[in-house]
Amino acid sequence: MNDTFGLIITGENEPTMRELTRTRSVAAMPIAGRYRIIDILISNLVNADISNVGVITQRNYHSLMDHLGSGKEWDLSRKRDGLFILPPYVSSENTGTYTGVLDALRSNINYLRRSAQKYVLLTGSNTIYNVDFDKMYEAHIKSGADITVLYNHVDEHPAHPNPKLSYFDFDAEGRAIDMEIMPIMPTYHDVSMEVYLMEKDLLLSELSMAIARGRTEFERDIIQREMRNLKICGYKYEGYVARVDSIMSFFNCNMDMLNGSVRRQIFAGSRPVYTKVKDEVPAKYEIGAKASNSLVADGCIIEGTVENSILFRGVHVAKGAVVRNSIIMQAGSIGENCELDHVVLDKNVQVRRKQRLVGTENYPVVVGKNMII
Amino acid sequence: MKKKLLAMLLAGGQGSRLGILTQRIAKPAVPFGGKYRIIDFPLSNCSNSGIDVVGVLTQYRPLELNTYLGTGLAWDLDRADGGIFVLPPYHTGKTGTWYKGTANAIYQNIAFIEQYSPEYVLILSGDHIYKMDYDAMLSEHIKNNADVTIASIEVPWEEASRFGILNTNEDGSIVEFDEKPAKPRSNKASMGIYIFTWEMLKKYLTEDEAKPDSSNDFGKDVLPAMLNDGRRMFSYAFEGYWKDVGTIESLWQANMDLLESPPVFDLYEDTVERDRIYSHNPVQPPHYISAEAEVGQSIITEGCEIYGSVNHSVMFAGVIVEKGASVLDSIAMSYAQIGEGSRLEKVMVSEHAVIGKNCVIGGSGAVTVIGEGVVVPDNTKIPAGLQIGPDYFK
Repeated sequence: MNDTFGLIITGENEPTMRELTRTRSVAAMPIAGRYRIIDILISNLVNADISNVGVITQRNYHSLMDHLGSGKEWDLSRKRDGLFILPPYVSSENTGTYTGVLDALRSNINYLRRSAQKYVLLTGSNTIYNVDFDKMYEAHIKSGADITVLYNHVDEHPAHPNPKLSYFDFDAEGRAIDMEIMPIMPTYHDVSMEVYLMEKDLLLSELSMAIARGRTEFERDIIQREMRNLKICGYKYEGYVARVDSIMSFFNCNMDMLNGSVRRQIFAGSRPVYTKVKDEVPAKYEIGAKASNSLVADGCIIEGTVENSILFRGVHVAKGAVVRNSIIMQAGSIGENCELDHVVLDKNVQVRRKQRLVGTENYPVVVGKNMII
Repeated sequence: MKKKLLAMLLAGGQGSRLGILTQRIAKPAVPFGGKYRIIDFPLSNCSNSGIDVVGVLTQYRPLELNTYLGTGLAWDLDRADGGIFVLPPYHTGKTGTWYKGTANAIYQNIAFIEQYSPEYVLILSGDHIYKMDYDAMLSEHIKNNADVTIASIEVPWEEASRFGILNTNEDGSIVEFDEKPAKPRSNKASMGIYIFTWEMLKKYLTEDEAKPDSSNDFGKDVLPAMLNDGRRMFSYAFEGYWKDVGTIESLWQANMDLLESPPVFDLYEDTVERDRIYSHNPVQPPHYISAEAEVGQSIITEGCEIYGSVNHSVMFAGVIVEKGASVLDSIAMSYAQIGEGSRLEKVMVSEHAVIGKNCVIGGSGAVTVIGEGVVVPDNTKIPAGLQIGPDYFK
């Protein structure tokens, strides 16, 4: 689908993520031991031969820019097209922060106009999946849809449904006939994955119409409002999907990666996930180390015990330390005889010897970046 | 543009003592230490020493090596002015030959070197595992106003007769060059790392080429000729880990050295950025250790999935060790698979090799080697010391 360009809209700062998004956007959240969420999104795009990718950033985008660099790791450092990071800027009609997705698109209208591809694939930045976009593209062409949305199906809603999701009702032909945006109690079962494929010209004209009427939200003001005028079809995604929008969903999504089937779906061989390279040495287990049901990245040195945990690059677990059910981000250091259970340590946290940090299954202890305990 | 120092890396050796490991690849491309290849060490040393022109002289089975070198990006050697250059032998109209010897290989590339008008040329080989600051060696060379400086390391006396030995004065100037002496008078072994003042090297290469009976080798011809003429030759004493990995046993041993605690060779020093060894990074998720797995004193790389037991071993990227399998004192290279219930001791399993179920391979004697992509059927027993190539099971 090389006549498509990708546009990833990041910038949601989640207050429910506590310390973890204080210095970064959700898209830059570390995941699965060596990735950021955006790695998975960009890899989905480049694995479908998309070579023009725009990333709209908003607040706290330093971490994201630092991670993406020139886009080389995703093969997006190219003579023609490649990776474009699109931070907000102050202009006569722009205050520097976006009031909504439509405002963000308007601010980057020059990028949209300049992109030579016929189609645009618009995605959010907190949903994790590994999809073959080529298949979605084929479905889009075949159905003759104006817009195709990627969705996943849920048979039953949990007792407390995630209040931030949107749900579709599709007819027998797969055309959307109704939509619920952030319902308290959803009645439909096809959940939007915030991925929309359409012709660029259609996006530009819808954008123009909506902006001219003071509208700000893509799903509410274009998808929901235009449902009768436009043919909006669904494309069902069958694999693992996670939405990272709270501490618990972040924690659970990481822990899901301990499941071999989930790991293979997300990091499947034919559609690899690329990320920034660090030149770490392989992980080393010393005499007396114990590890079980854990993901351990390169550069780690394990002298103690690690169970049901995710260790990012360069983590050190000293002698006698026990790490259970925890997520330790890059360069974390766990001192001798420490005990950690249900803990999330952000990057570069040092836990000095003999400390005990214990969270609970539904409320992990979260320690912010660079802290020394 | 003019460069003070450029490096020429001799990477054409077949490495026949590595047996089936070098059947399809050149020695410098042989995997080492979980994610590296031998050539990563001299290349990273160059990069860390501020050298930005590296000529890599290839001859024997260069395809995999060429692909691996690419643009030099992995070692930060994709440079605007300079970088990494693969230099195979080539025809010049009527004539053209293979590289006849180490000195001849450099002689054939005089034109390449002259493009950068260097003051000094560093000659390296792709046979050793070590970290070294070549810039410090150059400072010594300049301080001594030397024509050539040879890096040397003190080896145990009982092993000295296996090496080229340098007999020196107290100031480090070389008085004699003893190739594998029966009765060594010094334990300073040449590391095969030379810094030459370029004008001097060019003169000697040209003279050596004119001698019809010369073997065109640095150790055998060029250096003795310089010594004969009373040139200023100095030894540069290197202290640290240095290992020739030219044989199966020494390659295995060097891998095992990484597992020592405290390490005898430390890839993990994170205090000095300069010391980092660069390599291609596998596109793989972190490795997974299952609930029933057991891992002790081992190195494990990203993409591995361990369900069995791994002790005192080195696992490269993407290795799978199935349930009930046990791996001891072994090395499994990238994407090797060890089947359920199989037992391995002191085995080197090459890339993409697949060991079936309930095999018993190797033992505490000599190292056993399973060749690249070899599929070992279920229930196979292979005694220690064998090298199993692709034809073994036909």
